[in-house]
Amino acid sequence: MIWNKECESMNAGALKKVQIKRLKDRVQKIYDNVPFYKKRMDSLGVKPGDIQELQDIAKLPFTTKDDMRDVYPYGLLAVDPKEIVEVHTSSGTTGKPVVDAYTKNDIDLWGEVMARTLSMGGTTSHDVLQNAYGYGLFTGGLGVHYGARKIGVNILPISGGNTKRQLMIMSDFHTTVLTCTPSYSLYLAEAAREEGVDISKLSLKTGYFGAEPWSENMRKEIEESLRVKAYDIYGMTEIIGPGVAAECQNQDGLHIFEDHFYPEIIDPSTGKQLPDGEKGELVITTLTKEGTPVLRYRTRDITYLEPGTCSCGRTLRRIHRLLGRTDDMLIIRGVNVFPSQIEQVLFEIEGVEPHYQLIIERHGQLDDLEVQVEMNDQLFSDEIKKLEQIEKTIAHKLHATLAIHARVKLVEQKSIPRSEGKAKRIIDKRQI
Amino acid sequence: MRIKQISVFIGNKKGRLAEVTAVLEQANIDIRALSLAETADFGMLRMIVNDPRTCLQILRENAFAVQETEVIAVEVEDKPGGLHAILKIMDENNINIEYIYAMIEKRKNAAAIIFRVEDNRKAISVLEKHGIGLIDSDSITR
Repeated sequence: MIWNKECESMNAGALKKVQIKRLKDRVQKIYDNVPFYKKRMDSLGVKPGDIQELQDIAKLPFTTKDDMRDVYPYGLLAVDPKEIVEVHTSSGTTGKPVVDAYTKNDIDLWGEVMARTLSMGGTTSHDVLQNAYGYGLFTGGLGVHYGARKIGVNILPISGGNTKRQLMIMSDFHTTVLTCTPSYSLYLAEAAREEGVDISKLSLKTGYFGAEPWSENMRKEIEESLRVKAYDIYGMTEIIGPGVAAECQNQDGLHIFEDHFYPEIIDPSTGKQLPDGEKGELVITTLTKEGTPVLRYRTRDITYLEPGTCSCGRTLRRIHRLLGRTDDMLIIRGVNVFPSQIEQVLFEIEGVEPHYQLIIERHGQLDDLEVQVEMNDQLFSDEIKKLEQIEKTIAHKLHATLAIHARVKLVEQKSIPRSEGKAKRIIDKRQI
Repeated sequence: MRIKQISVFIGNKKGRLAEVTAVLEQANIDIRALSLAETADFGMLRMIVNDPRTCLQILRENAFAVQETEVIAVEVEDKPGGLHAILKIMDENNINIEYIYAMIEKRKNAAAIIFRVEDNRKAISVLEKHGIGLIDSDSITR
């Protein structure tokens, strides 16, 4: 079901027209009202009038998360503070939080894009939605709430935590739609088993999960244990909160609401734009947001824009599910390597969540990548030739995927240090 | 006629083999035969022990990657040509050998060879047909 057919199924030419009109308008407003951006644009020698076509967006300055923290709290405000009706922030666990200040129109926009998101998985006014995202300054709870209210869904605003109560409400009010983080959904499923709640007797059918990266493997686990169809949703406080992109029923990439959030893919090391289909860092410019509009926000998320149309009827381009973070990106012999790619190869071979470590050294002028893979019962054989074959197979597949040669070494299980459950995956010994 | 062999993956790390033997000592496991093969990256310890089940369990509990495999133990005359006589029979009957290692048969004061072959059943029937003595698991666990 398409919430806003006119906007979501627009032909490419019409969409471009809307995008460029909105971009020009936004850049002018930002230049006139946000000293931070005026200074940035002036130092690059760019004036709002230089933006005539969509490709001119490359002339505009990037915005990083650090930029947004530096101007905390209201440095990016583009309207009179009295226009602001609501404020959300990021958690700020690593410093000052990022602020998202919404005008009344921004809240309407948020409801619109979240209504689109929830409609993607077929949610309608007949559904009962249990919103287990946290309500508060965090964008998850209220973002879902506004979208669900726009659709007219019956909302159970239970917020996060109190798992037993979640299960009771879920059962008594016949929840059909669950919204929470993917990890919490698995926690709920486990708690249900422990409490003896029969999942098959519940009315759950759909789940929208986001706010943290999750694998295809995890999707299978959620779909099996909760008996729902699990959709990936994407967003961040820096842009609007949830509602930037979402999966349709094909579960094959997330449609980005590009009539409001203009996506670019860039090479994270050079900042140059890359064509559709090429992997790089996702950069987003808000085209309509009034309160805290953002130019070319560097998400640090690695993905690519999927070329081609989608059979769901939407023309909005799709981003592939996140492939990693630029923070994790390694450049080995000039090739961009993401640990998630290596993880995927190992997962395909082992069939289980792999424990591995990447060790990078430089010998002379050459980088040397060693992939240490923990032995486990699935891989183990008493025949050395079979173990050596496994090392060769992994190395071969890594070469096929990453185009670099890696030395693969099997190591003992539990020999790779784990910190807070997450293994320390990368040891870069290069001194450059 | 099949006996159980325990294989342990040994990472290329100082003192790791001694950690295995320490675990075995604590669990009162008696090693009857062993072989250690190594590559540049890791080692593979294969053992015949008096109590394979406990051995497997205790090593798993101590986070070693272990596996139980069935092998056969063949009595070999302790004289020149003793091993060759058996290998010749195996060769003539197309029995593929993955690896072998030696074991002392204390009771009979004879030698024994552990064979890891592709097809245990076939090997056993061929050897029995030729009157070659096989050691059963009871005499090892005793």
